[in-house]
Amino acid sequence: MSGALKVLSHHLRLYRRVWKGSVFVSFVSPVLYLASIGVGLGSLVSRGPAHAIGGVSYAAFIAPGLLAATAMMTASSETTFPIMARVYWMRTYDAMLASPLTVRDLVGGELLWLCFRLALVSVIFFVVMAAFHTVHSVQALFAIPVAILSGLAFGLPVMAWSAKQRTDTPFALLFRFVVTPLFVLGGTFFPIDRLPRLVEDIAWLTPLAHGVALTRALTTGQAALSSALGHVTVLAIYAAIGIAAALVTFRQELAR
Amino acid sequence: MPAPDVLIHARGLAKKFGDAVAVAGIDFDLHRGEAFGFLGPNGAGKSSTVRMIGCVSPPSGGELTILGLDPVADGPAIRARLGVVPQEDTLDVELTVRENLLIYGRYFGLPREVISERTARLLEFVQLTDRAGDQVEPLSGGMKRRLTIARSLINDPEILLLDEPTTGLDPQARHAVWDRLYRLKQQGVTLVLTTHYMDEAEQLCDRLVVMDKAKIVASGSPRELIERYATREVLELRFAIDAAPDLDGKLQGLADRVEVLPDRVLLYTDDGDAAAAAIHQRGLRPESTLVRRSTLEDVFLHITGRRLIE
Repeated sequence: MSGALKVLSHHLRLYRRVWKGSVFVSFVSPVLYLASIGVGLGSLVSRGPAHAIGGVSYAAFIAPGLLAATAMMTASSETTFPIMARVYWMRTYDAMLASPLTVRDLVGGELLWLCFRLALVSVIFFVVMAAFHTVHSVQALFAIPVAILSGLAFGLPVMAWSAKQRTDTPFALLFRFVVTPLFVLGGTFFPIDRLPRLVEDIAWLTPLAHGVALTRALTTGQAALSSALGHVTVLAIYAAIGIAAALVTFRQELAR
Repeated sequence: MPAPDVLIHARGLAKKFGDAVAVAGIDFDLHRGEAFGFLGPNGAGKSSTVRMIGCVSPPSGGELTILGLDPVADGPAIRARLGVVPQEDTLDVELTVRENLLIYGRYFGLPREVISERTARLLEFVQLTDRAGDQVEPLSGGMKRRLTIARSLINDPEILLLDEPTTGLDPQARHAVWDRLYRLKQQGVTLVLTTHYMDEAEQLCDRLVVMDKAKIVASGSPRELIERYATREVLELRFAIDAAPDLDGKLQGLADRVEVLPDRVLLYTDDGDAAAAAIHQRGLRPESTLVRRSTLEDVFLHITGRRLIE
């Protein structure tokens, strides 16, 4: 564990150089989304049947979805280019592996780092959500750890895959054909049950749908324990597979 | 059981990547305080060997003991006592020179006071004291290399591994690096280095092995290798491209051995000047003649029949 902390402290030291800009962006993007889509578009949407989105305002409906989606976006940007850079471009991991640190420490350190980034982004997002009066329950606070878990469920498998990449083309494809469609169709902007049956079934296979469903249930105060456990289980399985896979791919790439 | 002053002991050491054989069963012993070199062309298996010694690449076969420990089982414990200068710089270029040493020292679990005391000493040693607070990115290649060397010494290693330490540097920067490595050697640091530069191996290594196609093809001190595989001097002849004479038979008896290369002819002899005079007597008129001491390149050429730098 202490090895993973050393990897984390390396990343934190680099982050220290850019944290102001990074935190600023983390504030601005939810403000823009909630103001434009939530309030602006919402003023039109809210005239539709309120029961379809659980009887809350449209802004309150999409805010938790955006929270989970933002966690996914943050996780994908942290686990694509930076991972390939540390494996291949900058060879940061080679430097670490010349010390007593091990491949396990690298994966553990990346996990801690991802948790840190996701926590930062999710807390900031939650504060903005509260400022827009889109938080309707005390249990809403649990939406923060759920958003973090959603980010891990998506980011850790991506991280395992990124370690094998040698060019950035696959990342462009990932964003275009996986991240963006999920963002649009994963339940953030409208209930997934409005999708054709086949697409809905596919959506439920993705971590984002579960993350969105659970954060939404929590912030609107409609979470039931049994379904919450189901969502958490799916997300945890994704994250666990990601870690196991990363241990394999990191070893393949770095300790051949 | 290897003798106590043997720091690295390898027997039949092998590395395979799938069907490709990178190292095909090599034997060597590294003794405390010596500078040991792996000389060979790209792809000869030098870097794979160094990665196995560095405990990042598990051997595919044979026996390898480092500091009396097993690299697979005790990797972290061995690495704590090694310094590594990789072939390509792996510095954190966004950070400052000093931060690079701090971060790296932390990987080894060294306390901050120890790191800052060593940082001052090491930056002095590699002549980067006045750049301590500067970002690494804009530094020259030679400075980055020196910083990498300083970084590799932060844990006071018992063995320093250098994988092609001067590849890609200009001559001046290369000499600066050699000078630092020579001082380390004087201080008694055990060095293991790979190189494809003959002059580097001659300058720095007490003992070396020549690797070619995954095998060790010769070993000894630079002097011994030259004596065994070359002559004292070499006469180099260059002929004008369009006036290259038919040499058949004309060089017979002039040298111990003759090597005809595309761009020149090498005559291995103990007396280069005498051979040059004899060439003229036989009516050959090369565009230039050069008498020089033989080098490890000549050794390599003799052993493998190929030029070393391709």
